Amino acid sequence: MNATAQIFDQGEYNFAYLDEQTKRMIRRAILKGIAIPGYQVPFASREMPMPYGWGTGGVQVTASILGKDDCLKMIDQGSDDTTNAVSLRGFFEKTANVRTTYETSEATVIQTRHRIPEKELREDQVLVFQVPIPEPLRFLEPRETETRKMHALEDYGLMHVKLYEDIAKNGHIATTYAYPVMVNDRYVMDPSPTPKFDNPKIDEMAALQLYGAGREKRIYAIPPYTKVKSLDFEDYPFEVQKFDKPCGLCGAEHVYLDEVILDDKGGRMFVCSDSDYCEERRAAGHVGPMAANPAAQQIGGHGTNAEEASR
Amino acid sequence: MNVFKADDPLLQVHNVPRYYGDRIGCTDVSFDLWPGEVLAIVGESGSGKTTLLNCLSTRLAPTAGAIEYRMRDGSMRNLYQLSEAARRLLMRTDWGFVHQNAADGLRMNVSAGANVGERLMAVGDRHYGKIRETADDWLGRVEIASDRIDDDPRSFSGGMRQRLQIARNLVTHPRLVFMDEPTGGLDVSVQARLLDLLRRLVADLGLSVVIVTHDLAVARLLSHRIMVMRHGRVIEAGLTDQVLDDPREPYSQLLVSSILQV
Repeated sequence: MNATAQIFDQGEYNFAYLDEQTKRMIRRAILKGIAIPGYQVPFASREMPMPYGWGTGGVQVTASILGKDDCLKMIDQGSDDTTNAVSLRGFFEKTANVRTTYETSEATVIQTRHRIPEKELREDQVLVFQVPIPEPLRFLEPRETETRKMHALEDYGLMHVKLYEDIAKNGHIATTYAYPVMVNDRYVMDPSPTPKFDNPKIDEMAALQLYGAGREKRIYAIPPYTKVKSLDFEDYPFEVQKFDKPCGLCGAEHVYLDEVILDDKGGRMFVCSDSDYCEERRAAGHVGPMAANPAAQQIGGHGTNAEEASR
Repeated sequence: MNVFKADDPLLQVHNVPRYYGDRIGCTDVSFDLWPGEVLAIVGESGSGKTTLLNCLSTRLAPTAGAIEYRMRDGSMRNLYQLSEAARRLLMRTDWGFVHQNAADGLRMNVSAGANVGERLMAVGDRHYGKIRETADDWLGRVEIASDRIDDDPRSFSGGMRQRLQIARNLVTHPRLVFMDEPTGGLDVSVQARLLDLLRRLVADLGLSVVIVTHDLAVARLLSHRIMVMRHGRVIEAGLTDQVLDDPREPYSQLLVSSILQV
């Protein structure tokens, strides 16, 4: 974002893979998305050299906003070193030759799948989401013509029908991810399959949020400091998941935890889903209740970010 | 709410035609509908009944003419000059539409309670307990047991589905309900119960109803006035008893005499 992308001769690829005309087209869609928070802007999504479902929408958005001076962080389910994150980071290292990092605070562009970092984001950062199904009403109303009309006319009764069903069948709102939100008091939006734990972070976030859906050919955005409200009922207010234990490795509370199976004898551990946050805390000397467990040590890893990155 | 006089019409239809290319769906239809009145449109298949009903209920734009409706504030508005948003609001608050096939009017994959509550949520109700209470009340009024509130309409019989559809439409206290063959496809005893129920609800709530049917018995039981249609035109109109007991047009006579006597 810092510098205008220039033609960057790297041999075969244009800077960040996409050609400049395509980037212009995507930037226009992004600008429109920012101007109308939560509105799904159709765009001419390109074939990317990776399958749909790998984040082709997010990759196109990132490719369009990336500048030479940017520092990129890739997250897959909160972690920097799982397949999706490693592959996409490698893709941009190769095609854009930009600096990459594991550290949330160092990154200027963060592309993510399913999580928002625990650390609060700043105004000079951009968060790019990979979105599989951008339409929050899709499973309630299969017709695209109809859902577009419903958005246009703010006809959102159906969304509450889903929540009603949840309560009727489960006694509480059982939607735990892709939890629908109302953006800027106007558009109902699907915050991509992030756990609802992250919904409060979307509200009034300092960083710009861009959502890209490659297969469905939609881009939408939430500008910094925009009101985002999770839908609920007066007598069943929105709540995030609660964990009764802290992170097994770093002892952090009030963070989103992943369950890790340690052995085939029922051993398990709950650790921070945000791996960078967890490592940073451990480096600062925080110790969780499971940190001494040998199996846990193996999973937690001893390497620092720098070592891992250099591998 | 009743700022207009009771003898002001609720719905006024002026010369409404609908053509499908060169073919006539319906043509030259004009009538007024008053509050609390039940109007039956009868005729054989292909006579333009459903086309007319769809034009009236803003589901199908007429080729020309004007349809005016008295809004809750008492003003008379041309339906097709309202914005789409206003028409939708009308559809889900002040109007109801009961389909012949209940599956067209219901959400088959959500519970009965959510089906009834949908309109409430659409107009901004956000209290689960109250929505559920209202839904329960309405299920009771259409004789569906309370313990079926969390069941899908898929598990309901045809008659129950039709009653659920009626509850779903009436929950916002509409003033005008359109019905397209509401008793079609039901066996006679279920039909009889449904008709009883409809008659009671219509009387209790003071509904205006436009009901399309090919079954003259339904028209006889429910409606105050009747319009006989043939080839897209209204050929005879009048009080129900008058038209059915003493039909004037040869076609109406044929229609009345075609009823099977048991």
